[in-house]
Amino acid sequence: MTRPTAQIRPAPQPPALRHRSVTTALLRPQFLALLALLGINWLLFPGFFSITWQDGRLFGSLIDVLNRGTPVAILAIGMTAVIATKGVDLSVGAVMAIAGAVAAVMVTSGQPAVLAVAAALAVGLLCGLWNGILVTTLSIQPIIATLVLMVAGRGLAQLITEGSIVTFTDPVLIFIGTGSVAGLPTPVVLLIGLTILTTLAVRRTALGLLIEAVGINRSAARFAGIKAGALLLVVYAFAGLCAALAGLIVAGDIRGADANNAGLWLELDAILAVVVGGTSLLGGRFSIPMSVVGAMIIQAMNTGILISGFSPEFNLVVKSAVIILILVLQSPFAASFVQRRRLKVAPGAQVSAQQGDRA
Amino acid sequence: MTAEAAGALLEARGIVKIFGQHRALDDVSFALRAGEVHALLGENGAGKSTLIKILTGAYRPDGGEVRLQGAPVSFRDPLHAQSHGIGTVYQEVNLLPNRSVAENLFLGHQPTRWGLIRRKEIEAHARQVLATYGLEIDVREELSSFSVAIQQIVAIARAVELSGKVLVLDEPTASLDRNEVERLFEVIRTLKARGLGIIFITHFLDQVFALADRVTILRNGRKIATERLAEVSTTDVVRMMLGKDVAFDHHLTGLAETTHGAPCVGFAGLGRKGSVAPFTLEVHEGEVVGVAGLLGSGRTEMARLMFGIDPADSGQITIDGKSVTIRNPAQAVAAGFGFCPEDRKLDGIFGELSVRENIIIALQAKLGWFRALNRDDQIDLAGRYAEALDIRAANHDMPVKLLSGGNQQKVILARWLAIDPSFLILDEPTRGIDVGAHAEIVRTINRLREEGLGLFVISSELDEVVAYSNRVVVMRDRQMVAELTGADVAPDRIVQAIAGTSLAEVTP
Repeated sequence: MTRPTAQIRPAPQPPALRHRSVTTALLRPQFLALLALLGINWLLFPGFFSITWQDGRLFGSLIDVLNRGTPVAILAIGMTAVIATKGVDLSVGAVMAIAGAVAAVMVTSGQPAVLAVAAALAVGLLCGLWNGILVTTLSIQPIIATLVLMVAGRGLAQLITEGSIVTFTDPVLIFIGTGSVAGLPTPVVLLIGLTILTTLAVRRTALGLLIEAVGINRSAARFAGIKAGALLLVVYAFAGLCAALAGLIVAGDIRGADANNAGLWLELDAILAVVVGGTSLLGGRFSIPMSVVGAMIIQAMNTGILISGFSPEFNLVVKSAVIILILVLQSPFAASFVQRRRLKVAPGAQVSAQQGDRA
Repeated sequence: MTAEAAGALLEARGIVKIFGQHRALDDVSFALRAGEVHALLGENGAGKSTLIKILTGAYRPDGGEVRLQGAPVSFRDPLHAQSHGIGTVYQEVNLLPNRSVAENLFLGHQPTRWGLIRRKEIEAHARQVLATYGLEIDVREELSSFSVAIQQIVAIARAVELSGKVLVLDEPTASLDRNEVERLFEVIRTLKARGLGIIFITHFLDQVFALADRVTILRNGRKIATERLAEVSTTDVVRMMLGKDVAFDHHLTGLAETTHGAPCVGFAGLGRKGSVAPFTLEVHEGEVVGVAGLLGSGRTEMARLMFGIDPADSGQITIDGKSVTIRNPAQAVAAGFGFCPEDRKLDGIFGELSVRENIIIALQAKLGWFRALNRDDQIDLAGRYAEALDIRAANHDMPVKLLSGGNQQKVILARWLAIDPSFLILDEPTRGIDVGAHAEIVRTINRLREEGLGLFVISSELDEVVAYSNRVVVMRDRQMVAELTGADVAPDRIVQAIAGTSLAEVTP
């Protein structure tokens, strides 16, 4: 009966997670939730699972969910690393707007698209580095440090676009937003690539373990000789880079840079995706692929509400209900509740009960 | 009623307090008389703060009783205790820095008329109260505009105004300079003359002797003694705080003559202003240098300096004769140093990481981000050191926080042994672990010494220091005041050196 909470709270059993069989991994509540949501969508809209091949690419609601969920999923990948260090990055939505603005302004002023993309990504990286410097060198709390750029960033983006929506017709940028590769939308392909690369980068090197160590106990990490400062810089810079990529996709999708609305409030969706994916806001154990699943759960929810005919405003209420549920499950109250239940089951044998549960 | 308890203002009888399986207080009795300053002494974990929390209602005892003026009392919380006349002042001033002095004095007890605070009356009253403490200050000023000493006196005045029978001072002098301490003492003496009973907690022995009438010494949750300070010496007090009685095993001191190898690490004039006065020390291969000193004497600060946690502002460090720079722990680890910190939970373990990951983390940090230890290497390393140190865990994939304190300590030790260190610093390696694991850690230290490691071990248990040290350095007032070798490595001599009556004093 303790299963659901034990699964959503990431801390206890993870080492085994990485090496579990695929079937057990697919039985995790996040996948079950995603399947349930997709099932509900199918009930509401019988054609939900039909996928057709047209003009050399796949079409269908399922593909739509993937495609629409991609910007948040990409943000969530960067956010996962930040949250694992016990931080948070509120600026990613604004960085999306900056990156989109940079790329749009550059292509409309005649620069080659490749240069525009590179510049947008570089600006994202710089934005992330700025956050990282505030967090490490100046030791500002992450939520405040990144709030600075969350507010200022949108202003910067507006300065770059000079207050208007900069539209473009550059085929490369449009391809990033709406093109297709091997039948799949380009954003989805980018997401898959980024997920795989990032997962390999954190699990095949020591980065993942060191990030978790810093997130779990910063002081102990220092005592153990971990260079936490450099690690945090890399993590925040990476989050900025991910945000820039998401910004390019969104700009390409609408064929323009809207400094006011691009990525607006998406940082909150990204945080939600990470938490739904099972990474605790208290830092520590994290999983990149599960955060992507979390983003898709959110998107399936959005799509479901949309096709069910409810007004989109309803979306926000449902989303906040999910947040509350997750926060309650992660709270010390829930933990002590679970512990009490365990004690009732095996009086006086709390530790061995926990071990047994995990073994 | 015993003779001692007769006329006691506040009395604790046979107090027992248990946290989990740990007896924080075991049958502790304590009696405070009116018009006395009663010092409470003991190392970390001796039970001082637990006893105070029981006397002031923050904790409930699991056994025994508290009596106030002869009548049994059971306080619900500190506020309830305060209403019965027991006030407490903590080391950190517990007032509102951005409100005026007058408001702070009467916060929550302001005289009002028709629900409005009568400011003028408060200010007049505040001036009047503070005048009795020799304070002539503008009571309308913000509290934070005054020095810590004055804030401390305001806090005392508030506690006395609100309670008035018993005043508990928990390390009130820790952040004061010498003149401020003297001023505070004047205030305390005045209150004593007014008939208050004052409990004074500090780790400065000289202040205890300067101010207190009697002292009660706690160790490991037990009361060792209550003495009149006029009748005991500093040495007696230190001995009661740190050691078993003088009857200890002499054969444990045989170590001093054992041979050791070449110098492995040297510290020349290493120091940091406000932390540790410059000290010079050389540690050899196969040698244990023990560090003795009271809490706050600078022993932990010394270790932090060596490991680069606090960067030194003078002196240099040499390894095998070559000068090295250590400005942060990463550099220390790269130089082959290891450090088991005093506060295991805060600075040592990664609770949610597995036993295996906790063991390999320092080696991984040393190898860098891209030379990852693969899973087989990790399992092999963890297995090897877990076996060598007899770490008892159901499996090495379980979170380390589920292990007992002793096993956690061994995991941290294993973490450092895994980097194959040349020099290992252990800060209170046996604190808070059970007796069996305690003996094992001591045996491990001896074994590591025999294997040629240089060790620097801080401990407040003298018998333990003597059991493994070739040499003992003694810290007092943030200075290295003595270096004991050979037959001098004995609890008696260490106690003398800590108390400042040693013959073996050296200038650092």
